[in-house]
Parts: sequence; C-alpha cells; structure tokens
Amino acid sequence: MKENKKESIFSKMNDTTLLLTITIVIFFLMYIGAVVFQGGGFTKPQMFFNILNANAALIITAVGMSIVMISGGIDISVGGVVALVSMSCAVYLDYKGGSIFGSILLALGIGVAYGLVQGFLVAYLDIQPFIVSLAGMFFARGMTTIVNTAPFNVADEEFNALKLTRINVPFMGSVNKKGVYVPAYVEIGVIVALIIVVLLFVVLRWTKLGRSFYAVGGNKQSALMMGINVRRTKFLSHLICSTLAGIGGYVYFLHVGSGSASHAMGMEMNAIASSIIGGTMLTGGVGNIIGTLFGVLSLSTIQNIVASAGLDQAWWTGITIAAMLCIFLLIQSVVMAQKKKALKS
Amino acid sequence: MTDIKKKSEGSFLRKLTSNQLFIPLAALILLAVINLINDPGFFKITLGTNNAGFPVFSGYLITILDYGSELGILAIGMTLVTAASGGQDISVGATIAIAGSAMLRVLCGGDSRPETIQAPIIVAFLVACIVGMLCGAFNGMLVAIFKIQPMIATLILFTAGRSIAAWINNNELPIVPDPKFSYFGSFIPGIPIPTTVFIVAICIVVIALVLKFTNLGLYTQAVGINESSSRLNGINPTFIKFLAFVILGLCVAVAALIKVSRLSTINYSVIAKDIEMDAILAVALGGNALSGGKFNMWASILGAYVIQFLTTTLYKFNVQSDALAAYKAVVVIILVVFSAPTVREYMGQLFKKLSPARKEAA
Amino acid sequence: MSENTVLKMRGIDKSFPGVHALQNVDFTLNKGEIHALMGENGAGKSTLIKVLTGVYSKDEGTIEMEGKGEVQIHSPQDAQKNGISTVYQEITLCPNLTVAENMFIGRGEEKITNWKKMNAAAEVLLKELDIPARANQQLSNCSIAVQQMVAIARAVDMDCKVLILDEPTSSLDEQEVEKLFGLMRDLKARGVGIIFVTHFLDQVYEVCDKITVLRDGQLVGEYEIKDLPRVQLVAKMLGKDMDDLSDIKGEQESYKGQDAEQVVFEAKDLQSDAGIKPFDFYIKKGEVNGFTGLLGSGRSECVRAIFGADRVLGGKVKIHGKEVKITKPVDAMKNGIAYLPEDRKVDGIIGDLSVRDNIILALQVLTGFFKPFSKAKANAFADEYIKKLNIKTASADTPIKSLSGGNQQKVILARWLLMHPEYLILDEPTRGIDVGTKVDIQKLVLELASQGMSVTFISSETDEMLRTCSRLVVMRDRKVVGELSGEDLTQNKIMSTIAGGE
Repeated sequence: MKENKKESIFSKMNDTTLLLTITIVIFFLMYIGAVVFQGGGFTKPQMFFNILNANAALIITAVGMSIVMISGGIDISVGGVVALVSMSCAVYLDYKGGSIFGSILLALGIGVAYGLVQGFLVAYLDIQPFIVSLAGMFFARGMTTIVNTAPFNVADEEFNALKLTRINVPFMGSVNKKGVYVPAYVEIGVIVALIIVVLLFVVLRWTKLGRSFYAVGGNKQSALMMGINVRRTKFLSHLICSTLAGIGGYVYFLHVGSGSASHAMGMEMNAIASSIIGGTMLTGGVGNIIGTLFGVLSLSTIQNIVASAGLDQAWWTGITIAAMLCIFLLIQSVVMAQKKKALKS
Repeated sequence: MTDIKKKSEGSFLRKLTSNQLFIPLAALILLAVINLINDPGFFKITLGTNNAGFPVFSGYLITILDYGSELGILAIGMTLVTAASGGQDISVGATIAIAGSAMLRVLCGGDSRPETIQAPIIVAFLVACIVGMLCGAFNGMLVAIFKIQPMIATLILFTAGRSIAAWINNNELPIVPDPKFSYFGSFIPGIPIPTTVFIVAICIVVIALVLKFTNLGLYTQAVGINESSSRLNGINPTFIKFLAFVILGLCVAVAALIKVSRLSTINYSVIAKDIEMDAILAVALGGNALSGGKFNMWASILGAYVIQFLTTTLYKFNVQSDALAAYKAVVVIILVVFSAPTVREYMGQLFKKLSPARKEAA
Repeated sequence: MSENTVLKMRGIDKSFPGVHALQNVDFTLNKGEIHALMGENGAGKSTLIKVLTGVYSKDEGTIEMEGKGEVQIHSPQDAQKNGISTVYQEITLCPNLTVAENMFIGRGEEKITNWKKMNAAAEVLLKELDIPARANQQLSNCSIAVQQMVAIARAVDMDCKVLILDEPTSSLDEQEVEKLFGLMRDLKARGVGIIFVTHFLDQVYEVCDKITVLRDGQLVGEYEIKDLPRVQLVAKMLGKDMDDLSDIKGEQESYKGQDAEQVVFEAKDLQSDAGIKPFDFYIKKGEVNGFTGLLGSGRSECVRAIFGADRVLGGKVKIHGKEVKITKPVDAMKNGIAYLPEDRKVDGIIGDLSVRDNIILALQVLTGFFKPFSKAKANAFADEYIKKLNIKTASADTPIKSLSGGNQQKVILARWLLMHPEYLILDEPTRGIDVGTKVDIQKLVLELASQGMSVTFISSETDEMLRTCSRLVVMRDRKVVGELSGEDLTQNKIMSTIAGGE
C-alpha cells in the first residue's frame, strides 16, 4: 500500500483549491507590481473600483460561464445575448415607452428563453454545447440587428438616473488635487455582480445542485451511476448561464446606456478567458466562482496596465490578453502534469 | 447496387440515411428546391463580359462556387484537426488576417501605396504559407505537447490574431498595385471560370492524393479515437495532432491568398470574420463527430458549399448581411437537431410504430 | 414470492439490434445469500445486471422486490430507491470530488450539503472498512484500489437489500480481495442479498452460496455451490464437457530448431519512469516465460519498459546480441517485438475503427506512412486472421467496440500476429474474457512457441502461468526477486518466492 508515501503539497490540495491559489497569488503580485512600477492611478482605490464598474457585466457572465464549464459544457452565446439584451431594452425604453421594471423583465426573459432552448438541446437531445451555443451566438447577433440596425443612446430619464447612481464605498477614497476628499464609488451593477458571486459561490459549495455540477463535469457516466440526474443538471447549468447572461446584459446596458449590434463583441471569449485564468478547467469538474472573479480582475488589471504604460494602440490589448491567457494555460498544464507525476511515483 | 435492391425498402432507407453524405446532400437538395420554387432563374448561368471586357460566367451557382472556396479549403484542414484532436481551431479567421497581412507586407514592402510590387507574388505566397504554418504549429504545440484543449488553445490566437495582423503592417492598409495579384480572387483574363474554383480543385486533388497514398487518414482517426492505443501501435499521436494543425495552417494561407486577392488589400477587423464558425459548421454538417475520431473529408467539403449555398440563398431573399447570422443559426439548429442520434433514434421508433399501424389499416 | 426471497426476476427479455442478448431469463436472490452469476463473455451477465440497475430497460419480463411487489426500474436512481446498489468493474466515481462526497452524493433528498456531518460520517465508514484514505481527500489522489474500496463503501453504506458486485476484484490485490470478502460475509450476516460477478473461479468457491449460470442469453440453471464442482461449472458455462483445462503443455512440442538456445532479447539494468528498480531479463528463441507477482509488483511495468511504452530511463538492450535503442513503441516494433497491453479498452482497441483496420494497424505502421495497404490486401489480411483465430464478428467492417471482450482480445492478438514478431509480449491476455477463449489463447501461445516465437506471458492466475511458461521471473515491490524454472515451477514455490523471507 502507499500510505507511507510522502505527500507533497500538490497532492494534499484538491485541484480547485490549487488553481484558485495560483490565480489569487498572481493577481496580487500583478496589482502590487502595477502600484510599484506604474504608481499613479493604481494607488487610488477608485482605480480598482473603476475596474469593477467597467467589468460588472463580465463578472456576471463569466460566473455563468464557469458553471457551464464546471459541468463540462461551454456557452459561447453569452456575448451575443448581452448585445441582444442591450438593444432590446434600449428599443423598449425609448421607442416603445417601456418602464424600467419592464425592461428588467425583458432582459431576464431573453436570458431564460435562451437557457431553456439551449439547455434542452444540449441536455435532452445530446447536441454538442459548442455547436448549440455557436448557433445561439449567430442568432443573437443577427436578431440584434433585426431589432434595430443603428446604434443609439437611450434618452429615457429614469433610466439615465439609474445609470448614474453611485454608491459610495465606506472608508475608501482619496484626496484629489484640490485637497478635497473624494469617496470611492461603485455602480449598481457591481452590487448586483457581487450578490451573484456570493449567491453562486454558496450554491456551488453547499447545495446538492452545486455539487452535481462538479460531479457531472468530473465524470458524466459515474454521476449517472451514482444516481444524479445528469440531463437535468446539464439543463440547469445552461439555464443559469443564459439567465446570468441576461442579467449581465442588463448590467452592461446600465453601464453603457446604449444599444448597439457591436456591443459586447468577443465578450464570450473574455468570459471563457476569465474562467480559465480563475482556475476553471474546460475539461469540467474543476473550478471556483471566487477564482472567476479574480480572473476578471486579473484580465482587466492587465488591460489597464497596458493602457497606462502608454501602449495605447488597439492591438496591444488583444495581444496582452492572449499572452496572459497563454501563460495561465501553460501554468495549468504544467502544474497538472507535475501533480500527476508526483502522484505516480 | 444489387445487394441494396435485394433488401427491403426500409433497410434501403436506413442505409441511405445512415450514409454520411446524406445530411449535406439532403440539405443541398432542399435548398435547391426552395430556390427553384422561388425563382427558377436562380440556376441560370450566363456568359457575359466583365469590366475588363473578358468573357466570364456569372450566375448564383457560380457565385456559390466562387465564394465557397475559402470555406471549402478550410474545411479540409478543420476536418483533420477535428478528427485528430477532438476539438476545433477557432483561430482560423484571425490567422487568415495574419497570413494575409504578412503577404501584403512582403508585396508592398511596408509601404502603404507602393508603385509596383516589391516582391514576386510567389514569394509573398510562400511567406504567407510559412506564417500560416507557424500559427498552426503554435496551436499544434499547445494542443499536442501541452495538452490544452484545442478550443482554448486556439482562443489565444483568436484573441491576438487580428491585433498581430494590424501590427505587422503598422495598422496601415496597403493596396497591392499589380492587377495580376487580383486574378487569384477573380478571373484570369480569357478564362470564364473563377480562379478560385481551380485553386479549390488543386487543394482537393492534393488532399485526395495524400489520403490515398499515405496513412494520414488511418493515423488521424486512430489518434482521435484512442490516443493511448495508437501510441502503443507505434504511431506518434503528438506528431499527428501537430501535423493536423500545421496542415490547417497551410489551408489558412491558401484561403488568405484568395481573401486578400479579392480586395487587393486587407481590413484587419473584418477579413474572414466568423469564418471559423462556418468552417466548424461545415465539418459538423458533413456528419463528422466534433469529438473527433472517424471522419469523411468529402462530406465536410460538401458541407462547406452547402453553407455557402445557404448564405447566397439568404442574400437572394434580401436578408441583410448583418441579420444573416440569425437565419443561419435557425437552419443550423434544425440541421443538428435532425442529425442528433437521440432524435434519429426517436424518429426511428416513431417510424416503426407507425408502419405496423399502416399495415393494419390496409 | 417466498418470504426469504429479496429479488425475483422473471422472463427477462432484451434485444439489441442484431443481438438477442437475454431470452426469457429468470433469476432469484434470497436474503443473506451470496449468489454468483456466471457465464462466458456475451452470455448476458452484464446485460442482466444493467437491466436490474436501470441502465438498460428490459423488453419483457417482471422484476419483483421483497415487500414491494413488482417494481419498475428505468434509471440508476430507481434502482437506488429500491435498495439495489452496484459496484462496477470500472470505477464509477467522480475523480474530482472528495472521498466523502463520492460516498454520499446522489443519495438522500437533502438539498444542502453539510460538510462537517458528511466528512464525519465518511471517516467513520472509512475506519470501519479499514480504507486508507481521508474523507476530505480528492478521490483522484487515491490509488485505484482505494478508489474501488470507496465505491464499495458507498454501496454498502446505502441501506441496500441487493448489492451487485460486477467484477470488483480485478483491480484489487490479494489482501484487498480478502478484505472485500470479509465485508461481503458481514453484509450477508446482516441479511443483504449479494450478486457477485467474477471470472475468478477460486473466488466463487470461496464466498458464494449459489450459482446461476447463463449461456448465450439463456438461463442454464441455478445450483447450490456444493452440488456443482468446478469442472461441471465450466462445462455448464461452455455448454460442453471440458477436458481442455487439463495439461495442455504436453500437447505441443517445444521448439526444436537448431537455434533453439539462442538469446533473442536481452536487457541489462533496464529502468523506466514507471517506478521499477533496474532489472535484467532475457528470452531465448521458442521460449515461453513470464513475469509473476502480485498486482502492483511491477510485472506490467517491466514489459512496458521492454516495449518502450513507458519512458525508458536507462539500461542496455540487445536483440540477437546486437545492441539496439528502444525508446518508444515503434522502435520495439521495428525490432520484431510485439506487445499486447494489459488494459484492452484503454491501450488496445481503437473502438470506432473496423475490425479490419484494427487488425492491420500495427503492420501498417511498420510498413510506413507512405505505403498504405490496398483495400484488397487489407481485406485479405483481416479475413485470414478472422478465420485463423475464429473471431466472431459480423464482418471485417464492424466497429471493434461492438464485439465481445474475448473477441476484441483476439483482434488485438491478430494485430500483433500479423506483424510476425519474433518476440511477443502478452500482458494479461486472458483477463476478463471467457474460459473458452482463455484456453484458446493459452494453446495458441504454446503453438507459436513451438514454431519458434519467443513469448512472455503475464497472468494474474498462477495456474495459467504454470500451464504455459517454462520459466518465471518473480517480482515483489517493483523489484525482481527470483527466477523459477523446471522442478521449481509449482504453485507453492511461486507463492513462497512472492511472499519472500524464505
């Protein structure tokens, strides 16, 4: 037997914790590095909260993406759904005279409808999630232009009031050039995003459904044999993801205040990248919502670093995100291989 | 054919529907019929003259053959990548931009409005091939050596590709001054058939020869089905997967030649946009499992033209190019739903249940 | 239903396209009984188990359970609800979850996981069953044997009336098997009915009370263990009287060529990254030898090192006295070495490919990337070996995955024989296949050796090794600890060498 085998730190930790730790450590190193070398903006708390403000929608969609990925699936339609929700809500508010409440319902409705259809196709008809959500993405992008071709800013006053609502963060703030203390603030979307992160963290950790996502992603066949309703679990993972894409769409809409067919271009890729950087594995069964949050933060911090380093040509953003994704993938790959090796001998 | 005749009608149907070419063919026929009903003129091919006064064929069918070329070529590589790695390369659109940009850089020598081309076309094309293959090698390395899932590995170039392409030419949009360069994406003077048709034909012949005279097909399928077994049978799965991505890289370079040649310039954010999705759909439409393993190259290529047929048909119905995606999505979902094994099984049972009832009624 | 009966299956019928897998099969299980379900591969055991556990739905027939009358089982959940738990040969747990979760997930109706309570309950269970694992450890960090024990713990902890053990012992070593048997007897005393499926006859006679034999999807009969001696059991399973199990070594002449004493393969200080100590090994022309030792003793790792299947770290290898370099499988193949791997499903078959492609694969690779066989040639090869080895397949075009285990093994064997190797390594060629095919394979090994092929044979069943090998290398704890031949080749001597300590 192998009890006497010396256990390395790798084999003591489970995969999820291991990858999460790596992500959090790297994020803090990166942020500290930014503060030390770039100084300036990074020392102000508002810099951090601006990252949150700009990325609340991404956090929400990335959390949904993580859940689908943990269950062993993928959903690349989320960016399309965000664009569709923004455009639909914009049209509803400005052209149809709708209410704020109605527009929220509309956003949720689009998300849920997407989840129902895609979940059904993936879980009950056994069609590959990639293909289903690929078609979903096409459909959402196409529908967005059918709803309204031209981009426009929403004029609705109530909406704009909501959009500009700022919530001050206690004990955080900085003194501006005139010597006046300016409290740091976040937008409503950030509060929504944080509530969702906490809620889903609890769901994944402590509920039967949450654990079923891990089980199905870990080994579908085994999960079935152990009495888990695999189809329902997969269905629910897609339902949650698309619903979150709907909510994320509204938060995005609230942040930008306009409808456009080119909104949230490539957001699905950013969501996937954030999940991966946060330690979710596309093979399923491994991942963590807190990690995803840090994934989004890492991704946007690096974008900010690039921007403030004066590399403002558009292409640098793409290249740095890709480089970072590459590095994290390699870390994952190498760490997992090391771990396997450690276990073998 | 004789052994088919001997069997009952039912088994003939089953044999027909179980053939991999059935779905793309059925979709093709359906599209053809819809167009025939809508406008019989759809199939008319006329011999006219183009702006330069040379005779050219024109008509919707020619358009489909012409504009389906890039997709057809990409389908070849994508099929191999899918079969060997069990995943897809989503970076082909972005790598077309890279290869195309590199080609322009060589042709224009870094000048955005050169008087003459700065290097022979063949050199530029070879450079594009090398660049395409390097991109493929990069993807292949991540997938085969570092064991990263293909979709995620190729996500890197997908994200960075268009930026890299812009960077190669310093974000300028050089225009190739030599009209000869535009022949690849249009017509060679005096020949009324689009040049792209010949390029695709060459690609198909090459891959057919490769599949016939090498074991690429067998190895690729073996690796895709069971990597561990393949290794113990002396195959090098790492190399086969790597090779598949490099071949796709070559396909990308050829597609980039056509794409860039059509405009004699490039638009980094728009060139070959969403083509990866179409290429993956072509493979799926050809009835190839996206999880890898067995493949049918011809079904994939046919699938590519079916998708182009669909695009052209939608344009014919006055669908806006931006809205095109929505309609395509609906068609795709209908197709995959009907080809899903679960649905097929269910339909089979339904058919079985219905047929005795029919007999009893008679 | 008599009051002692816990499960009664009557008239079970199940067809798949082209196969009538079960025909009107009855099965009865009593409380507190260990009931062996025996049959060759393809006899319908697995199908019957899968019908009972809800993986397949039956076409005809009824299932009755004690106190419930007729029950409908359409899914594994239904089976669990009715008190039927199963432990499969392949571990059906989730590697990414913790040990405790694997024991408790999918059971009970609580929507919220109480980790503290669950871990405590798991620790108790682990202690009770003496399983060396921690409750909060990730399952994939445990050894395969421990994983299997966890699966068993999960099954026995459920308030089960019927426990199905479907070849649970194939990945366990002897001590672990003993532990499992202890557990089974314990459950039996508590009144659980146990269905035990295994290929090891010894194990059947050690723990079982009754035997039900299936053949070709039909019920042969149900017997008390004391009424059915081994020979008769085998006869019932095969449907013919068997004297094949007697000494087959005498039937084949040993190789008489003039180069009979020549050493074909020789290794010195060979070492791989699979954790075995450097070892020396040689084999002569026409010789059949074997590696023996407990599971995990390193016998498979040795032959994998010879074939270059694991990364070779050091040592010298000579073929016919000439030094060669073998670092990957294709090097070994070029030197005339063939290797039939231990795990047929993972390392052997290429599931979706046809029987033909599976047969020609190795020779094709050896012939070269640029020289594919013509279709006619490939067909000729396939047909030749389908006939030669009596492979039961609808055609050469059938995907190999739809064949039974024994026939799949024959296809893999055909793949290597087609290569006409000088030196053939067979690692557990008889595991998980029916008795008839086992004997066929053993005979074939001796026949090949008599024609001058050198064969290394590995099997978990010592009597199989004794029947075929003329020399045995004994391993313990990843080290070669002895070599036996001639007079020393007896069950007792092997056991004492494996145990060590003289």
